[in-house]
Amino acid sequence: MDMIDDPSEAGNSPEFSVTELSGAIKRVIEGEFGHVRIRGEVGRVSRPRSGHVYLDLKDDRSVISGVMWKGTASRLQTQPEEGMEVIATGRITTFGGQSKYQIVIEDIKPAGMGALMALLEKRKGMLQAEGLFDESRKRPLPYLPDIIGVVTSPSGAVIRDILHRLRDRFPRKVLIWPVAVQGERCAADVARAIAGFNAMTPGGALPRPDLLIVARGGGSVEDLWGFNEEIVARAAAASEIPLISAVGHETDTTLIDYVSDRRAPTPTAAAELAVPVRHELLAWLGGQGARMSQALSTTLVRRRQRLSDLGRALPRPEVLVEGPRQRLDVLGDRLGPALIAGVQRRKVKLSEASGSLRPATLRRTVQTARRDLDRLSARLAPALARAVAAKSERFTARTARFDPTALTAQTATARRDLDRLIAGITRAGQGQTQTLRRKIDAMDRLRETLSYKATLARGYAVVRGDGDVVTTKAGAKKAATLEIEFADGKLLVGGRASGAAPKKTAPKAPDQGSLF
Amino acid sequence: MTDTPVTEMSFEQAMAELEQVLGQLERGDVALDQSITLYERGAALKARCEAKLKEAEEKVAAITLDSDGNPTGTTPADIQ
Repeated sequence: MDMIDDPSEAGNSPEFSVTELSGAIKRVIEGEFGHVRIRGEVGRVSRPRSGHVYLDLKDDRSVISGVMWKGTASRLQTQPEEGMEVIATGRITTFGGQSKYQIVIEDIKPAGMGALMALLEKRKGMLQAEGLFDESRKRPLPYLPDIIGVVTSPSGAVIRDILHRLRDRFPRKVLIWPVAVQGERCAADVARAIAGFNAMTPGGALPRPDLLIVARGGGSVEDLWGFNEEIVARAAAASEIPLISAVGHETDTTLIDYVSDRRAPTPTAAAELAVPVRHELLAWLGGQGARMSQALSTTLVRRRQRLSDLGRALPRPEVLVEGPRQRLDVLGDRLGPALIAGVQRRKVKLSEASGSLRPATLRRTVQTARRDLDRLSARLAPALARAVAAKSERFTARTARFDPTALTAQTATARRDLDRLIAGITRAGQGQTQTLRRKIDAMDRLRETLSYKATLARGYAVVRGDGDVVTTKAGAKKAATLEIEFADGKLLVGGRASGAAPKKTAPKAPDQGSLF
Repeated sequence: MTDTPVTEMSFEQAMAELEQVLGQLERGDVALDQSITLYERGAALKARCEAKLKEAEEKVAAITLDSDGNPTGTTPADIQ
């Protein structure tokens, strides 16, 4: 220190580069502390994915960083946890790049039994606080599991003890999941085995057990330590299959015992918890069969007894029918006489009726009827005559009332009326006729004045050919005969002449002739 | 009575119901017809129990694991 403080002496000191100094320090420290044992409390622990473990070791005043390489860490029986009192073995190295030093830990162990127990207590407290130890979480074991999964070492006394005891009590199917039961692999193996059994399918190729036994024989606390690991306790708590823990001897209690559904003091005891005793069950079953038969026969006997009791209380059937039978007998006895009496009674009535049935009676009746007939027929002819006479009388009376004079008078009156009416009609008719005649005459005179005949008188003539008036010369030529009418008569031309043919008609004749 | 068919009952179920049937039969307060039905059911339950007791088969196998610790199958375990 004095050398550095005193500049006057600087010239005599060799100069280091930083790296040289770091290297020098490294050599000194690693030479001096190549193998150390250090006791302290584990501080912060970090486990990056590289697998190396970084942790601090500390006491009340100082801290030293530590590193544990992957290979070392995986070999550890007890993994360091924060707060754990440990004794670490290793060497100190420096890290010149950062001016730091650290301890490379080659082994780390809890610092004695007390430290381990303290760790265990701490874990227990934590899991208990989470409720993993609660009685309510514990499931009942199946009475008779079909398949039992055993997590243990495949070699050794434990599995043999379990199998022997199972065989004695009730041989079952057993699946063994081989695990390391101590050492660094133990906890991971056991946790994986418990989870693995739970992952199986019931009835699958690897059939899922319906009961698990996690077993290990006795050993030191360190030997059993794997069963105190948190991952084991959590795997057991998560198991859906009921789980029996049987780790160590009766006095050893590990963390898994608190979370398992049942704790067995020994592996043998676990087998006893797992299955009932078969021959006891067979005996019990036989007993049940006997009880059942007994119960049924008791039932039958009791009912039979009851039936016969009731039967005795029943009256005899003969008694029930005695009365009616007696009545039947009595009535039966009366049946014959009653029939005879009935017939007798009818016979009497018949003879009574037939007594009055004689021919004289009939004859008398006939005679009476005949007399009535005679009497009535005697009255028949006079009655007819009387009836005719009465009707004739009525006829005559009616005819008398029929008088022809009245009719004649009526006819005469009617004739007079008729004559008078005829005379009236005749008069009226004559009057009317005269009037009409005068009108006709007047009109005829008018007609005469208007007639062509008057024209004839003035010198005109009418020519007719074959009866029809001819007005043309052609018509006149055609006619076989011509008739010329003059005022004083007709003249036939070409035949007999009835008069001289007027000249004026000549031009007409050819015209008339053309008509033919 | 449960709804589980007798042939599918576990030993424990069949056992419990057999006890129950017996109790009813022994009390003798059931009708005769019913007691016969009960008897028949009891007989079926007893047969079921017997069948389960006959299944006393010992078969021990160890699970084989691959290098990662995953189960690959079983192998018969010869442990005396």
